[in-house]
Amino acid sequence: MLSTESLKKIDKEIAKYPADQKQSAVMSALAIAQTEKGWLSSETMDFVANYLDMPPIAVYEVATFYNMYNLKPVGQYKITVCTNLPCALSGGNDAANYLKQKLGIGFNETSADGRFTLKEGECMGACGDAPVLLVNNKRMCSFMSNEQIDRLLEELKK
Amino acid sequence: MTQHTQVILAGIDFADPDTWRLTNYLKRGGYKALRKIFSEKISPEVVIDEVKKSALRGRGGAGFPTGLKWSFMPRQYEGEKYLVCNSDEGEPGTFKDRDIMRFNPHILIEGMLIAAYAMGIRTGYNYVHGEIWDVYERMEEAVEEARSAGFLGNNILGSNFSFQLYNHHGYGAYICGEETALLESIEGKKGQPRFKPPFPANFGLYGKPTTINNTETFASVPWIILNGGEKYLELGKPNNGGTKIFSVSGHVNKPGNYEVPMGTPFAELLELAGGMRGGRKLKGCIPGGSSMPILPGEVMMNTNMDYDSIAKAGSMLGSGAVIIMDETTCMVKALERLAYFYYEESCGQCTPCREGTGWLYRIINRIEHGKGRQEDLDLLDNLADNIQGRTICALGDAAAMPVRAMLKHFRDEFAYHIEYKKCMV
Repeated sequence: MLSTESLKKIDKEIAKYPADQKQSAVMSALAIAQTEKGWLSSETMDFVANYLDMPPIAVYEVATFYNMYNLKPVGQYKITVCTNLPCALSGGNDAANYLKQKLGIGFNETSADGRFTLKEGECMGACGDAPVLLVNNKRMCSFMSNEQIDRLLEELKK
Repeated sequence: MTQHTQVILAGIDFADPDTWRLTNYLKRGGYKALRKIFSEKISPEVVIDEVKKSALRGRGGAGFPTGLKWSFMPRQYEGEKYLVCNSDEGEPGTFKDRDIMRFNPHILIEGMLIAAYAMGIRTGYNYVHGEIWDVYERMEEAVEEARSAGFLGNNILGSNFSFQLYNHHGYGAYICGEETALLESIEGKKGQPRFKPPFPANFGLYGKPTTINNTETFASVPWIILNGGEKYLELGKPNNGGTKIFSVSGHVNKPGNYEVPMGTPFAELLELAGGMRGGRKLKGCIPGGSSMPILPGEVMMNTNMDYDSIAKAGSMLGSGAVIIMDETTCMVKALERLAYFYYEESCGQCTPCREGTGWLYRIINRIEHGKGRQEDLDLLDNLADNIQGRTICALGDAAAMPVRAMLKHFRDEFAYHIEYKKCMV
């Protein structure tokens, strides 16, 4: 079950596509559902499937194919750092290592207080701003030096 | 440094947070090309001819002539047809479309409107890379602005031309930059490339005739219509018309996007990007995005930045992503990271790519970690040979080409790594 606010957003997405192509809204519907719930449980995916008249398996296929969907619970803030080559040439790995050290966790782990999950990301299309990271998929942070990371973590801990 | 004519980023005030808005686009001469088409009653055929004359080639990576692509659309087809913009920019090193949409989204909308007019299309989708969420939201706002001002919708500017445009976001899959995977993705499926033929012009989105172009390609169109195809061609060089936005990343002082004429010497572009960081020496450069073959520094320094010159030098212009590596770069480590990327992003549909990318990664990984064997180098070449050209889409080629080029130009460094179990640099 999703909130009326989420459903309203999904309806807006459905309206972008031909009337017989509701399935086209599945990516945005899952993203909206994830924003509300934090992650995609089977129940949430089944709800989306039902809402879009899709077989549940077709929704699972999408959710497991695209890597920004959380198929398991994550911390309050999921931080995804790009370590791909262009970023790596400009400090991407340093940023990742600094985050690991500050948070005391490795990639794909969640801090004990449940606040942070760290992920290794692939190209975000912002290589000129390296090091770059994403907070909860939606907020891109550029030029993440150690000082900038400190500032970001302070802000998120508030 | 000479001041060049810019087609896409001209007049943008990067310091002004509202530079992208419709009012500012109009001040920069926005939507004039569309108005010109209506006021001078320019026919769709003439629009396509101008684009052909301009020698505009696809800016997403393949470099296919845009005018020719447009002429493939069945113009007489009565049913629904679609126009799709590929803004799923995820080729490592490429970040130009993000800036076009961030700072000049209406130029993309106007370019799509002109394309739609030329091909008789009423509906378009712009597929935006999932990781740049703020840009997706900006595009949503820009489309809304255009709609309220009568540039999108029914009977645009009082003409009988109607066009609706919608944004669709990705959610983390490099493969969706492949045009048929992107169509599958809009249809709400896994992004697995389709077998071709049939090509999208015959069987595209929802099985209807569809044309897909890159963001930068569409964004070049308004200028061509306003100034003429000939003029655009003259900005660049024969067969390589116009300007190109190069995304420069890696070991330079000022990474960023630089719009320069096709055929600009690489040395000049490097200077624009602030030169080498720390004054170090250029070791290698990938001139067109991570999928393209790397070239040694000395070759790059004597190359011009256009499709034909880079091809002659032994690589490809691709998406115009210029990844700069200085003398401190370990090429084994660099290739290991790229190999991991293709392994991670293979959609799994074709065996040579699904299995082969994993093998490539594991072998390069063991070399990097001091467990390589001398015969690994030939094995990598052999593997790359057995992937390239043997898959439905170009991801297989994209995984194989960097490996072959690295071994061609920096084989000694790999051999050293294997023998001494450490970096040469």
